[in-house]
Amino acid sequence: MAELTCREAVAAAIAQEMRRDPSVVFLGEDIGAAGGVFKTTVGLFEEFGPDRVRDTPISEQAIVGAAMGAAMTGLRPIAELMFSDFFAVCWDLVANEIAKSRYMTNGQVSFPLVIRSANGGGARFGAQHSQAIENWAMMIPGLKVVAPSNPADIVGLLAASIRDPDPVVFFEQKSLYGTKGAVPDGEHVDTLGTAKVVREGSDATIVALAAMVPRAAEAADRLAEEGISCKVIDVRTLVPLDTQTILSAVSETGRLFTVEENPRLCGWGAEISSIASEECFYDLDGPIVRITTPHIPLPSADNLEDLALPSVERIAETVRVNMG
Amino acid sequence: MANATEEARPDLANDDIGEEARLALWRSQLEIRHVEQRAHDLFLQNLVKGTVHLSLGQEAVAAGFAVAMEEGDYTFCTYRGHAHTLARGASMSGVLGELMGRECGLLNGKGGSMHLTSVEHGAMGSYAIIGAHLPIAMGAAWSAQYRGTSQVSVCFFGDGTTNIGAFHEALNMAQVWKLPVIFVCENNLYMEYTPIGDVTAVEHPAADRAQAYGMDSIIVDGNDADAVYRVARAAYEKARSGGGPSLIEAKTYRQCGHSRADPGAYRPDEEVAEWLARDPIPAYRRRLLDFGFAETAVDGIETEVLAAVDAATDVARSSPPPPREILETEVYADGGAAWRN
Ligand SMILES: Cc1ncc(C[n+]2csc(CCOP(=O)(O)OP(=O)(O)O)c2C)c(N)n1
Ligand SMILES: [Mg+2]
Repeated sequence: MAELTCREAVAAAIAQEMRRDPSVVFLGEDIGAAGGVFKTTVGLFEEFGPDRVRDTPISEQAIVGAAMGAAMTGLRPIAELMFSDFFAVCWDLVANEIAKSRYMTNGQVSFPLVIRSANGGGARFGAQHSQAIENWAMMIPGLKVVAPSNPADIVGLLAASIRDPDPVVFFEQKSLYGTKGAVPDGEHVDTLGTAKVVREGSDATIVALAAMVPRAAEAADRLAEEGISCKVIDVRTLVPLDTQTILSAVSETGRLFTVEENPRLCGWGAEISSIASEECFYDLDGPIVRITTPHIPLPSADNLEDLALPSVERIAETVRVNMG
Repeated sequence: MANATEEARPDLANDDIGEEARLALWRSQLEIRHVEQRAHDLFLQNLVKGTVHLSLGQEAVAAGFAVAMEEGDYTFCTYRGHAHTLARGASMSGVLGELMGRECGLLNGKGGSMHLTSVEHGAMGSYAIIGAHLPIAMGAAWSAQYRGTSQVSVCFFGDGTTNIGAFHEALNMAQVWKLPVIFVCENNLYMEYTPIGDVTAVEHPAADRAQAYGMDSIIVDGNDADAVYRVARAAYEKARSGGGPSLIEAKTYRQCGHSRADPGAYRPDEEVAEWLARDPIPAYRRRLLDFGFAETAVDGIETEVLAAVDAATDVARSSPPPPREILETEVYADGGAAWRN
């Protein structure tokens, strides 16, 4: 087991897949010699050269469109969007073209591609460089959506995304880039559509994603000291969604809390909450509670951003009050 | 600036296009014309729903590029894409059936008129969001370059499309990467209902932008299939030999409105009359006769095409609606639509 940071895990996963499959190519802004603005692609240009690791102009539509055209003609491109907020300038390609063309052509075309991007808040970048937009992607039929929380999952799920025959939007939480964790030695490939129980517990289930996973786990530690035992689930992939793992935990514990970084309306937790209330209502001992960022653009100042994002304290307090 | 309007040179022996290609150009234009007219008729009979965007009057552009193409090349086009899809060899019944929402449609009724695709023929899709397919076509060219094939990617779009960002992003990146892609602007003088000159900073919406991306300004008479064929041949040659992308502006005119909802009343009568007089199809027939092709042979091709359109219409009309079982298929590569376990 090697200790890697999340940013090193990104480069390790891409390198692992580029070594085994020459049809994997990688494009984006400043990803080559510069090694990426978040240093997530260091060493790839040197190892694989400019034909496979291609620096692009600041042209998000061209980047994502090129990935689509390449994917439908035999390559497995990985496109990087520097910040996930920039999906907004190429959303047509993502939501109208890549996501829908298989269905519209009744299966004539396939898009084995990955769009990976630095997502989420915590870095004081303000409202246009901090959004958590997993729910934007989740609502579009035809996309798969992955948002890992630790280095091992980044390697395993990014490798699985690159090998997947469908288009995958892969979110890397930028405030986690410096976080370290053990990554299995040798080739590591995980399975999309599988959630993970990261902490066992019997009184309540807390479902979290990406940067909210370590916070939910820490809140659960604090609550345990007070005698409230929480099971914590890392959703890992929103599409496909591992409802089996989530629903069986809800049935076991009788309570469900979701912890979402996105603004309140139409967050992924709302979907999980609706599924749970339809399918295991009679196992619930109390209301499902969503813990989210308020419905606001993210502010920049340290104290305001910290207030906005679900914190360990807010998660623990919300569970405590609702379990009381 | 290359202005490639051509005079007929009635000397088949020294002809650079040749008998076979000339007849292919003739047949292709006729196929498009008669399928489009049939689509129009079927719309009036309420058998084609939604909308259709016809290429009546623009047939020479599709025919000229398609006949000069090689089998593995890629075509990307717009919602005004029946012509380009047919020109690559997709079946008439597949096209008409798709317009009518029938099982025999190219997309089994899931796409409709604006999304015709036939990957087996190299027709890589019809895209209905303005500009989207320029980057996609550029990506297919990147793939061909990376895989080391001689394939060329050809992207057709309208004059109005030159004012959207994706056009500029795609042209720049295609040139920087020296990609084998040909961007073909079918300048039919109007975006939807607005004259292109009213909303564009330069006179020639594509050609005047070419220089900004290190490309030649090429304007061709889009109502002359031979002229289009020649320009296309040169651009393929350049793309296949590593010379990079081309941008070609083909001047043409749609003889109908923008879509079925549009009678096209905003167009001056004289303008319509002038362009009807330049209808590419009778002009090409005259040229073939000037070249000495037998009238019976030339008109025989039209008779064959009309019979094929009738037969395709019958196939499409008797095809059932798509089975309801396909409603939730092919969202994902496993063939299904499951987003959860
Ligand atoms: C992004 C976007 N904006 C607007 C439209 C609506 N629209 C459809 S066709 C069209 C006109 C396009 O003009 P042009 O590129 O000249 O093509 P033509 O229809 O003349 O072939 C417009 C505005 C659209 N489909 N996509
Ligand atoms: Mg136009």
